[in-house]
Amino acid sequence: MSSLQMYMLLGALIFLLGLHGLLVLTDPIRRLIAVNLMGAGTFMIMVTLARRTDPADPVLHALVVTGLVVAISATAFALRLITANLITETPNLAENNAAQSDTTLSQQGSPPT
Amino acid sequence: MSLLLDSLAWLLMIFGLLFFITGALGLIRFPDIYSRLHAVTKTDTLGLGLLAAGLAIKSESVSTALLLLFIWLLVLASGAVSCQLLARYSLESDPAATGISEHIPGESDDR
Amino acid sequence: MSLMIVDFVPDLILAFLVICMAWGAMHARSRHDAMAMFVAFGLVVALIWARLGAPDLALAEAAIGAGLTGVLLLQAARQIPAEPRTMKKTTVQFILPLVFIVLAIALFASQLFSDDALNISEQARIRPDVGLSAPSMSDRVHLAMPDSGVGHPVTAVLLNFRAWDTLLELLVLLLALSGLRQLYPSSQSAQKKSDGPLVRGPEPWPLLLAWSRFLAPLLIVMGGYLLWRGADAPGGAFQAGALLAAAAVVLRLAGLLPALRWSSLTVRLAINVGALLFMTVAALTLYFGAGWLHYPAAQAGILILGIEVFATLSIAITLTLLVIGEYEDLHT
Repeated sequence: MSSLQMYMLLGALIFLLGLHGLLVLTDPIRRLIAVNLMGAGTFMIMVTLARRTDPADPVLHALVVTGLVVAISATAFALRLITANLITETPNLAENNAAQSDTTLSQQGSPPT
Repeated sequence: MSLLLDSLAWLLMIFGLLFFITGALGLIRFPDIYSRLHAVTKTDTLGLGLLAAGLAIKSESVSTALLLLFIWLLVLASGAVSCQLLARYSLESDPAATGISEHIPGESDDR
Repeated sequence: MSLMIVDFVPDLILAFLVICMAWGAMHARSRHDAMAMFVAFGLVVALIWARLGAPDLALAEAAIGAGLTGVLLLQAARQIPAEPRTMKKTTVQFILPLVFIVLAIALFASQLFSDDALNISEQARIRPDVGLSAPSMSDRVHLAMPDSGVGHPVTAVLLNFRAWDTLLELLVLLLALSGLRQLYPSSQSAQKKSDGPLVRGPEPWPLLLAWSRFLAPLLIVMGGYLLWRGADAPGGAFQAGALLAAAAVVLRLAGLLPALRWSSLTVRLAINVGALLFMTVAALTLYFGAGWLHYPAAQAGILILGIEVFATLSIAITLTLLVIGEYEDLHT
């Protein structure tokens, strides 16, 4: 077993762990993390495949660099979808949240002693 | 001479790693955020310093050594600032929980 | 033999760590622990990229995974109510997918070890009819390097050979940002109640301010360095953009940077200039040159540098707005 084979296996394992989390979990943020983990597993397999040649394959590296930036923007959009959905669906919760953030703000806002 | 320098570098790095281990232990085992911060920042600054010193000796080039020194100083300062920031924040948001055994809600439910 | 095992130990440690982090990032008891685990996961993955000989990725992952993702998640978690504790799945529901995972991994491993899948490179060299497999692609990139205008293969692929991908990726960033902006009105009611921005760090506090003021120019210099070095060494527009975005987020949280308002023409221009310049260059090469995004070899270097500089600006501002700028934006 070479270290490349181990990293292939690790990538597959992380992908499947993420899939498992996506199936099992209910909290939206945790599910989003699970999707991100699946992405990380895919990237890991791609980078390992790039390693087959001795100067590592720059095409796969470039694809993964692009993928990382796309992943973070998709995550930002998904988080926004999650919060927007929660706030419109349950106005009471939104009010509670606003009240909570008010209190935290006022606590933060107290001048340092 | 080179053997002496080499063993000195290894010694420094091993001591640095030991400090990291104690810091991690403290992070896991200590009861509240203040003692945890204490454990992590203190041991990490010293551990990283020893590690950087060992690596600087091993690198045998002045520019790399200076670079390592610079990295250490940066981590030192940002560690100090973020430690103070965390401690202040938890103090301001929950002034009651200053005792050693106090449990800070939402911060350490599982440890 | 023993040397091989010693070489193998760091890989095994990293693998163990990354599996623990991945599990913890989903199944830690409190949501904040899970998010902290995910940030740590990003750091360990950055180490793995470095270990796999991909420093470009390590740089990008460290800036994005460790810097931006954490802020993003914590920001969102602040607005979502605490998760209900009662919605636990039963053991069977938990175990069945796990069995599926074990089976899938076993299948994957048997394929991996029986076919010796990773030795494809030698086969491809012996038999050219394997054609478009990755190794020959890599060879083609290295053959075309002298005409690319830059010295680093990854940058050449990103901005010359596969510039289409990069252009579309800038458009994806724009799309994500405009999608985000479409969702503002729904949360406006909640925002207006708190008479002020939701996102605000601690009150200006001397030590933090001083440190941020020291850090800001340093980070800008580092971003410029990454951008400049990208032509010949690991680095480039994406890494520099992510680093600058992380810097901007830190400064915003410290209250040192004014809000990036969408209504400001400068911000809108900065967000769009990368994609606009890219498309202008593409159109010019289409009309005057060899075709869409085929740079003339003599001017390739300067064209790529120009595109990269403005793409970095666009990526940095867009990522900053994606991560943090949106809330203050409401009060314009």
